[in-house]
Amino acid sequence: MNDREPAVELDAVVLAQGPRTLLADASFRVGQGEIIGLLGPNGAGKSTLLRALLGLVRPRAGRISVLGRPVRPGATRVGYLPQTEPNGQFLSAWDVVAAGAAGNRLGLPWRGGTARAEIDAALAELGATHLAGRRYVNLSGGERQRVRLAQAVLGRPALLLLDEPLVSLDPAAQAETVALLRAIRARLGCAIVVSSHEINPLLPAIDRVLYLARGALALGPVDQVITTKVLSRLYGAPVEVVRVGGRIFVLPGEATLPLDRAG
Amino acid sequence: MLHYAFMVHALLAAGAVSVLCGLVGWFLLLRAEAFAGHALSHVGFTGATGAVLLGLPPLAGLISATLAAGLAMGGLGARIGRRDVAIGMVLSLALGFGLFFLHFYTSYAAQATALLFGNVLAVDRATVLALTGLCLVSLAGLALIGRPVLFAAIHPEIAEARGISPRAIGMAFLAICAIAIAGAAEIVGVLLVFTLLIGPAAAAQSLSRRVTVGLVLAPVLALGQAWAGLTAGFYSGWPISFWIAVFSFLTYVLATMLRPTEP
Ligand SMILES: Nc1ncnc2c1ncn2[C@@H]1O[C@H](COP(=O)(O)OP(=O)(O)O)[C@@H](O)[C@H]1O
Ligand SMILES: [Mg+2]
Repeated sequence: MNDREPAVELDAVVLAQGPRTLLADASFRVGQGEIIGLLGPNGAGKSTLLRALLGLVRPRAGRISVLGRPVRPGATRVGYLPQTEPNGQFLSAWDVVAAGAAGNRLGLPWRGGTARAEIDAALAELGATHLAGRRYVNLSGGERQRVRLAQAVLGRPALLLLDEPLVSLDPAAQAETVALLRAIRARLGCAIVVSSHEINPLLPAIDRVLYLARGALALGPVDQVITTKVLSRLYGAPVEVVRVGGRIFVLPGEATLPLDRAG
Repeated sequence: MLHYAFMVHALLAAGAVSVLCGLVGWFLLLRAEAFAGHALSHVGFTGATGAVLLGLPPLAGLISATLAAGLAMGGLGARIGRRDVAIGMVLSLALGFGLFFLHFYTSYAAQATALLFGNVLAVDRATVLALTGLCLVSLAGLALIGRPVLFAAIHPEIAEARGISPRAIGMAFLAICAIAIAGAAEIVGVLLVFTLLIGPAAAAQSLSRRVTVGLVLAPVLALGQAWAGLTAGFYSGWPISFWIAVFSFLTYVLATMLRPTEP
């Protein structure tokens, strides 16, 4: 990958899951080092799009390139945080991270000195060194995300795909996790695509937003995409975008002024 | 007791099988497929009764049946091992057929008891050699695929994104599991396979949050239970499988009580 190449490039991509078309003819690019918020209602296809970027879901049509190459599973420079939690939660956080260190190589699951140093470094990078010895199951939501992010940044990826890392976190833990995204980007210079069905917690971290609904998408700065006009087009129904105190609310239906009702 | 050839045979066979079972069980629990292991042993019962009916050695029938079922389970789907209802139905059908085959035996009760509750003292030299050989091959196989099995068990989606086929790894692991279960069925009987497969592994997971420690502890506990059971059986004259079941349960309960608390 040279400096000019986008981290992700889709060219006329069609993604479908059974009878449902999740992405009809999508073309867009994500630049190196960009943080993209992947937004959309539940079932819009956010997870499926991320899995397509990992080569786990084949597009019906079109081309997907990741880090300058046609997408394929097994790309080592792509980090992934899936929507579901890891298994084996009785294990220490260190072991949960370590399971992913060169885990695709054959052999015993023993870790050599180099691998151990790499795992320690990843945990340190995420400020999770003090969690390393604790059982994963006993960690709080925010602590778990630190550990899972440490596993995702193993091997210093150039692209990080995070599926709903904020779901089921309380607001403080959400803010903590979002701050980590900026810290990771500053350290690794990697591009990050982070999905969420809620935009507000992500606002401090993202450069652009990719909004997905009913097979269509819009990509751009938050102010240009999260608007009444664009979202009404995506949903195919009138919605109203309201901004209050730096936060954004998407409401169904057309705006009616209280005065009109009163009349 | 080491003056008796049958005891030496029993110690060797039980030793090889229990070490393999401890290790396999540890991974099986991690994959949340304990119930699948239970079902495999019942399928083995059908294989053994069928083999005897055809005039073949029961061990051959046991292994063919568990191996076929293990490969089928692994091949059918990544997470089929967790489909409790489907597995329970297959398990019941297998037991039904086992009973059907038993119906044609002349020495019905003795055969049934040996298969259901084990008859380790009847293990002859040829069977000891066969069991030990199979266990060694399985241990070598597990040593080879240990790392990807661990990765796929803890982070199934990330492992897939790294190019590990969940189906291939599931089939390879469940094939090894099938051999461990057939061996355990030969020692403690199909109904008590859990005593060697799950008991020690569960105790190890209670006692240690480390992969490396667990993978040493589980086979050591399994071996200790098997040999303690044989010794107690030899001196008391009571059934060995009974003693192994008791020791397995005690180890499990003790380990649960001794489970280290978080600092
Ligand atoms: N393996 C699958 N088989 C069939 N349908 C699926 C599968 N995975 C997801 N879907 C469907 O595809 C749609 C998009 O799912 P998903 O990508 O998980 O959405 P999101 O992550 O935005 O909530 C949903 O309607 C879902 O039911
Ligand atoms: Mg999703």
